[in-house]
Amino acid sequence: MDFSFNDEQQMLLDTTQRFLASAYGFEQRHKLLESEAGWSREIWSQLAELGLLAVDIPEVDGGIGAGPVGVMLVAQATGHGLLLEPFLSSAIIATDAIVRCGSDAQRARWLPALASGERIAVLAHEEAQSGIAIDTITTRATRSGEGWILSGAKSVVYHAPMADMLLVTARDDQGIGLFAVPGDTQGLTRHPLRTVDGQRAADIELENVEVGADARLGADVTAALAEVIDNGIAALCADAFGALERILKATIEYSRSRKQFGVPIGSFQALQHRMADMLIQLEQARSMVYLATSHCRDADPVARRAAVSGAKVLIGKAARFIGQQAVQLHGGMGMTDELDVSHCFKRLLAFELRFGSTDAHLADCRQRLRAA
Amino acid sequence: MDLAFNQAELDFRDEVRAFLRDKLPADMRRRVHLGDHSHFREDIPRWQKILNERGWGAPAWPVEFGGPDWSKTQQFIFEIECALADAPAQLAFGVKMVAPVLMRFGSPEQQQYFLPRILAAEDWWCQGYSEPGSGSDLASLKTKAELDGDHYVVNGQKVWNTLGQFADWIFCLVRTDSSGKPQRGISFLLIDMKTPGISVRPTRLLDGSYEVNEIWFDNVRVPVANRVGDENAGWTYAKYLLGHERTNIAGIGACQRELRRLKQMAAGIERDGRPLLEEAVFATRIVEVELELKALEITNLRVIFAEAQNHAPGPEASILKIRGTEIMQRITELQVEALGARALIAESPGRDLGEDLPRAVEAYLNQRKLTIFGGSNEIQRNIIAQMILQL
Repeated sequence: MDFSFNDEQQMLLDTTQRFLASAYGFEQRHKLLESEAGWSREIWSQLAELGLLAVDIPEVDGGIGAGPVGVMLVAQATGHGLLLEPFLSSAIIATDAIVRCGSDAQRARWLPALASGERIAVLAHEEAQSGIAIDTITTRATRSGEGWILSGAKSVVYHAPMADMLLVTARDDQGIGLFAVPGDTQGLTRHPLRTVDGQRAADIELENVEVGADARLGADVTAALAEVIDNGIAALCADAFGALERILKATIEYSRSRKQFGVPIGSFQALQHRMADMLIQLEQARSMVYLATSHCRDADPVARRAAVSGAKVLIGKAARFIGQQAVQLHGGMGMTDELDVSHCFKRLLAFELRFGSTDAHLADCRQRLRAA
Repeated sequence: MDLAFNQAELDFRDEVRAFLRDKLPADMRRRVHLGDHSHFREDIPRWQKILNERGWGAPAWPVEFGGPDWSKTQQFIFEIECALADAPAQLAFGVKMVAPVLMRFGSPEQQQYFLPRILAAEDWWCQGYSEPGSGSDLASLKTKAELDGDHYVVNGQKVWNTLGQFADWIFCLVRTDSSGKPQRGISFLLIDMKTPGISVRPTRLLDGSYEVNEIWFDNVRVPVANRVGDENAGWTYAKYLLGHERTNIAGIGACQRELRRLKQMAAGIERDGRPLLEEAVFATRIVEVELELKALEITNLRVIFAEAQNHAPGPEASILKIRGTEIMQRITELQVEALGARALIAESPGRDLGEDLPRAVEAYLNQRKLTIFGGSNEIQRNIIAQMILQL
């Protein structure tokens, strides 16, 4: 039992925090948020220079291989910074999908370009009707000579507009296939959208999209994809935790400085107890981030899913409670676009709903409930 | 970061399990399982003696006083395994409460006399803190101790005294000075319960149990030698006591045991033709409390780890107390809900109603105390607000 971080992990955390503290202040981020692209390639390149886009790439593939704890710490910092760039989408989820499902040749072709920030990839898996079951997707892959034809639609794919490559999941006779589809492929349409939390995403239509044989990663990736998604959810939990820490800290500070009736509102017991409850939920959420991180790469799907889904549920509830109370305790200021609080609040809303809602994961946990 | 116990800790857990398997008497285990308190008076010292024979009578004590030299993690494991095995809880008042105060502030004579007797269960200790007008505002206490030669003469009334009907000794906070700040005029006395002038009157609780008492002091003479530390410094000692032994304040082991029982109940109870465990709403409620408990177990281990790194137990213990008690209360609620209207059976003489009647509803009623005693959960939130959030 050990809750310390080794030097390498601590350095990753410090590096990420220090960079974002200097380059990603509220005003700097706000400019990006309002810009047409909605993100900064320069920031992205700097993240790459710091090695952060290679944290989840194994050393044999030329990456840092920081492991789940390293990923957790970086994701916690990017969540705290409310990062708009596709760190989780490209450097964690898509990268991990290529690591797990790609052939040697595919890994060698794509991973260095993702690590350097030259290329961006995203996993295009969720569909409008998706819950958390992997195999309910309806996008189809059919054989066409040596290659494949993909048809279907993907829903709210984060960071798809800026992606050079989409990793599309589609069902075929063998199960679920994963296909690398360049963003400019004929028949692929990206309907760009801005999400509530200020990120850029796209609804994707695939209309008879032709890809070559070498576009397919692995054969049936159902099991591997479940691991990729659980690994991604663990990182997403850490990201949400970073935002939770920020919003609670902002709320406590606000309650110390905001005066009514001649005293700081933080001196009122009703508000103190609310914030105590927020802190308890924050600490419980932190414990669940650790749990998810510890098990997100378990080969045993039962233990892995229990930890990851359990974390998504508890952190989702914490996100709802802490987020709503933070806005409430900020009073009218909590309603504005001008403070951290509303931006964190929307980030947390996105967390709750992405990769399976809190209730979907709760139902999943219930399926595993046994008497002993 | 590694959430798993290391090999040495796992070996220790096995050792504790083997001990419990071999040494915990079956009749005692059965009574704890059934929530049967009828043999409390015998069972608690009996179990303490068994633990002490193994050298485990006081898990948190330093070796010089007869402790086993366990880490906080080992103490945590021990507490969980004992709870899961249906071992009686150790009586906290001696081993966990007065003893640390004596070790830190007591005279050598007090240490030499009392500590071995606590370890060997020769004395049953109870606590005299709360008074009718002094609950959360404990420093306002009025029980008076006036010096008369080499004795104090004690007059007043204590309430919510737990299991004092069996006690040999009581440690009391008494007022020795009323002139200054209330906190500055309190002393910490050890009082022999056989002293003339002490009367114990039981308070019947909502679950029908007699576990708390009023204690009246009518010109009770207490040797000055039985004062711990300095006169009027008792508040410091009381605060030290409250800050001590909070490692297991969350009661993770007891929660795990009751959660296990809840699941077994839900699997065995049919409702409208199927096991309750398969009913979506009820099963979801079990999962929710199970997740909170899992998180709290990790939170507790984090607090233990932080303590082992450097610092003394801090206000984080308030988080453990609040959540641990809320979880236990939630589990007892769900056990009652699982039983439905049958949970309402308080008694039905001469019939075997099974293990859970009326145990579950009694536990539900009784466990309402958890969020009230030991510093109410509202006081704990005040502590969090002041000490952690710095509001």
